[in-house]
Amino acid sequence: MGKQGGDSSSLINAEGLRHDGRKLDELRPVKIQVGILKNADGSAFIQFGKNKIMAGVYGPKEVHPKHNALPDRGLLRCRYHMSPFSTDERKNPAPSRREIEISKVIREALQPSLMLEDYPRTAIDVYVEILQSDGGSRCASICAASVALADAGINMRDLVVACAAGKVAGQVVLDVDDTEDKEGQADLPIAIMPSTNEVTLLQLDGQLNPEEFGRGFNWALEGCRKVYQLQREALIGRYFGEGEMREAVQ
Amino acid sequence: MPEVKRRYVIPGEVVARGNVRADLNVVRVGDKIVATRVGMAEVGHDTARVVPLSGPYIPRIDDLVVGKIVDYSAFAWEGDINSCFFGILPAASVFGRDYSPAKDSLTDKLKVGDMIAARIIAFDRTRDPLLSISGPGLGRIPKGYAVKISPAKVPRLIGKKGSMIKSIEVGTHCRMLIGQNGVVIIVGATEDAQKAAAAVNLVEQEAHSADLIEKVQSMLGLTVAQKEEFNGEEKPTPEASQTPAENSESLEQAETIYNEEEEADEP
Repeated sequence: MGKQGGDSSSLINAEGLRHDGRKLDELRPVKIQVGILKNADGSAFIQFGKNKIMAGVYGPKEVHPKHNALPDRGLLRCRYHMSPFSTDERKNPAPSRREIEISKVIREALQPSLMLEDYPRTAIDVYVEILQSDGGSRCASICAASVALADAGINMRDLVVACAAGKVAGQVVLDVDDTEDKEGQADLPIAIMPSTNEVTLLQLDGQLNPEEFGRGFNWALEGCRKVYQLQREALIGRYFGEGEMREAVQ
Repeated sequence: MPEVKRRYVIPGEVVARGNVRADLNVVRVGDKIVATRVGMAEVGHDTARVVPLSGPYIPRIDDLVVGKIVDYSAFAWEGDINSCFFGILPAASVFGRDYSPAKDSLTDKLKVGDMIAARIIAFDRTRDPLLSISGPGLGRIPKGYAVKISPAKVPRLIGKKGSMIKSIEVGTHCRMLIGQNGVVIIVGATEDAQKAAAAVNLVEQEAHSADLIEKVQSMLGLTVAQKEEFNGEEKPTPEASQTPAENSESLEQAETIYNEEEEADEP
């Protein structure tokens, strides 16, 4: 799907501000809550701009059907689903090709961080439900799913955090929303494990020259580090209380 | 006593560096010891570990667990032990060496839905945990109320030298059996059992509080004399939080009640 340039004046004005008033390298407001679902082993709710996304983790648990079980490690299964009311036009509840692709992408982004060899012959199911979508939902989903996995007590080498850069009206920007995604020229979502700086997701939809790619990638890295702090605060606040959270964060 | 440094960590954070032994819930990455769970990191003189606050029950050999029979085959029962693995209880261990599916029926001893107190006698990466109900205090649990808590909070529920569980038993006139898998059996009158269940839930929710035992004792209305008998419960020490076997005195006392119950029930 080729990306078309939109009306540049509406996307980035003369002062260099985007249509929602953000600067080129500014993230949307992000809020993360942990332990929202009573019935899930781990859960998280993220608001990434206007995106509202719920992640639930079940497991480790027995694999059904049993012949799918791996003898030496756990099986990670991810499902990304957009609710019919998540977009302005009703979304058909059946899994679309895009949802199947994003489910795979989320699984591959989370897998390197999990110590699945500690859970042989079991399955860990991650469900991500998009309640309201506004662009960049795969990145927000990865952030929520990683926090939910930590909430579930799964052994992890590190959290995974994701953020997207893009190109809008000929300029590289950070954290593309739905309007910019539809009318922009490129979308570059990345996911990293922040402690080791290992990249677990790197996709590009559109065209960027090497210089634009480098700038977008570095901005997305900075965006990831900011979101990682929020992930950390959410987890520490959930388990150790607000007072301890402030102390721990300092 | 060597100083133990503590702080809150999330997965991926560096707990210690250098020549320190990696203990529970940490992994060595080069010269760094990195946490793998959310919890309290404890770095001593030569070891580093993380005490987690949540997570599934992973069976360990010699653990006492409370399980529920969910299925059976010709040669074994399958039990739900609140873990990602089902426990296997071989029929031969219950009937004896001369067990034969032709002449013995598994449902004569245990039916689907029965609760059992069992010990894990074998578990490794290649197979499901093997259970045994041969031993003092093990076997079918004839009556009681079951409460589930996070397995990570079991040491806190037992308390230092069993102080927490004793407080709840005395305050509610109930008897309790705590499985390492987070399943708690409460035996007593209905109202007392409900009080005990509320106390257990309070312990689970407030496990991080330093004055938890005082809160529980106040909730149960213990007298001053009773409180003094059980006080001395401090914030969970590394020993209390990671070696619950050392606090098993109350567990053994609780285990014997089921032997007495079963003997009374037998014709």
